[in-house]
Amino acid sequence: MSQSAIYGAVAEFASPESLLAAIRGVRERGYSRLDAFTPFPVHGIDEALGAPRSPLGWIVLATGLAGAAAALMLIWWTGAINYPLVVAGKPLFAFEFSIPITFELAVLFASFGAVIGMFLFNGLPRLYHPVFQHSRFEHATDDRFLLAIEADSDGFEAAAAVETLRALGGEHVEVIAA
Amino acid sequence: MADLAISQELNPALVLGEPVYADVTRKVSGIVEGRMPRSWYIAIAFTGTLTLVLAAMLTYLAFTGIGVWGNNSPVGWAWDITNFVFWIGIGHAGTLISAILFLFRQRWRTSINRFAEAMTLFAVACAGIFPLFHTGRPWRAVYWLFPVPNPALHIWQNFRSPLIWDVFAVSTYATVSALFWYTGLVPDLATLRDRAKTRARKIVFGLLSLGWRGSARHWRHYELAYLLLAGISTPLVLSVHTIVSFDFAVSVIPGWHSTIFPPYFVAGAIFSGFAMVVTLMVIARQVFDLKQFVTMKHLENMNKVMMATGLIVGFAYATEFFIAWYSGNRYERFVFLNRAFGPYWWAYWTMVSCNVFLPQLFWFKRVRTSIPAMFIISILINVGMWFERFVIIVTSLHRDFLPSSWGYFRPTPIDMLTLAGSFGLFLTLFLLFVRFLPMISMTEVKGMLAADAAHPGDRP
Repeated sequence: MSQSAIYGAVAEFASPESLLAAIRGVRERGYSRLDAFTPFPVHGIDEALGAPRSPLGWIVLATGLAGAAAALMLIWWTGAINYPLVVAGKPLFAFEFSIPITFELAVLFASFGAVIGMFLFNGLPRLYHPVFQHSRFEHATDDRFLLAIEADSDGFEAAAAVETLRALGGEHVEVIAA
Repeated sequence: MADLAISQELNPALVLGEPVYADVTRKVSGIVEGRMPRSWYIAIAFTGTLTLVLAAMLTYLAFTGIGVWGNNSPVGWAWDITNFVFWIGIGHAGTLISAILFLFRQRWRTSINRFAEAMTLFAVACAGIFPLFHTGRPWRAVYWLFPVPNPALHIWQNFRSPLIWDVFAVSTYATVSALFWYTGLVPDLATLRDRAKTRARKIVFGLLSLGWRGSARHWRHYELAYLLLAGISTPLVLSVHTIVSFDFAVSVIPGWHSTIFPPYFVAGAIFSGFAMVVTLMVIARQVFDLKQFVTMKHLENMNKVMMATGLIVGFAYATEFFIAWYSGNRYERFVFLNRAFGPYWWAYWTMVSCNVFLPQLFWFKRVRTSIPAMFIISILINVGMWFERFVIIVTSLHRDFLPSSWGYFRPTPIDMLTLAGSFGLFLTLFLLFVRFLPMISMTEVKGMLAADAAHPGDRP
């Protein structure tokens, strides 16, 4: 099996604590590309993996502002430009009566930004992934914690990675094809 | 030692029986994967029939006109708008529990948020029917409700009107609640996918879970997305019933024209929403044996929320009367005297009894922790909250400025069957939800178990 045809070495751990300890151990041995598969977000895993903070907040801010701008444009253009119609002597456009819809559309756009942005950052939907081949992957959405050393880590060598994961207490260590 | 005993009394565990992660998966997924109890089939036969009644009533209305309802001058808004505000109000508990309690780190929300969010969606769906059919021609309503170019008139909505604000508020609320709910569901759908035995389930849950694999890289974005959605939804929940109240408060009708309406409506919405969650939860936890996850602590907390919001609502009722007198406005004063002692006195006092007097029983821990008591009180609270909307709408309209046009609203059988049918739709959707989707968030319960294991004794 050539290096490029391998996704990585994957091991199973029984608890979040043993997973975190193993992540630290693997990182000390110089592996740079790790991923974990867990049934719930494990507290402290981002620090252990050295993952940066998600940039999603900026997407949500931008889409929220776009929603507010879209609402103001809509109300102004329809009411004051395209079909000016005086109702009850009120102005054709004013920020005051635009507040509720501006707020609602800001929320609507920001929520789509949060959800769609999250899935795009995660590369989802993607119905297949090599890690699904692990013989006990179904436990990663149930009660077990998988740790993968990915093949594009610096100096990755399958046999050594398997050995490392075993030494750190990993069970069901398997080399997964890409 | 004594400290520990006291702390356990004050903060009982939120999950009983010390389950391991696999127990949570087995219990919650098992409900979806196993056979439904006989009572489920009996219930859905009944609610499905009621849903058909709703369909029949709406079809009849669409072919005939809204004269089939009892709405007529001077009461142009009657049961339909009452039902709309009633259902929208019920729809407030879900996002309150999932968003506001999330931001306040109220961990007891964990077992009930999925359930309450589902209830929200179905309540909002029921709510939407009433204004849509109130237009009389729902197939043309898209031109009236949404800024869609109108080929016949080239005219746009009047954005100065609270009615169009309401359309945006309610449709945004429905959409964002659905997004929030689905985002929370995705990891649990992946669990169901990985447990699926049949090909059909593998395909359906495989597609719905979008290939979720619980990767640490996923969770990093996911947790932030969830937090942001909670942050965005919190002002949204408060805005929705605020804007619904603008439908009334921005008008110049005595009894409606009141700045107290937004907070008063929001408190009432939370009040009725929690009551509906308790009503349904008491049944579900019995039928599906969820006492391990939905403990007395959860129910008691919800009862406390009802008591608090019930007091706010009662305070609002009193304030309205005080202002009617203190303002010196004779029309305002007439409307309120007429409300409490006029022809609709029975509706007013039903409302006050159910919403203000009855929840006071929750001061007693015995009542707060009694399943039969909370079941009955929660149903009566929703009776009271339906009457609150009826009282606000109908008593303010039926005696207007011209005594010659005074009237008395009477519902028609179509009104009654449409309301009953909307309960059928709500409950049918709910029964389908508990049949096909996990009603407790497995991911969040497991996360809470892990946090408890990591910090024993640090429970609240």
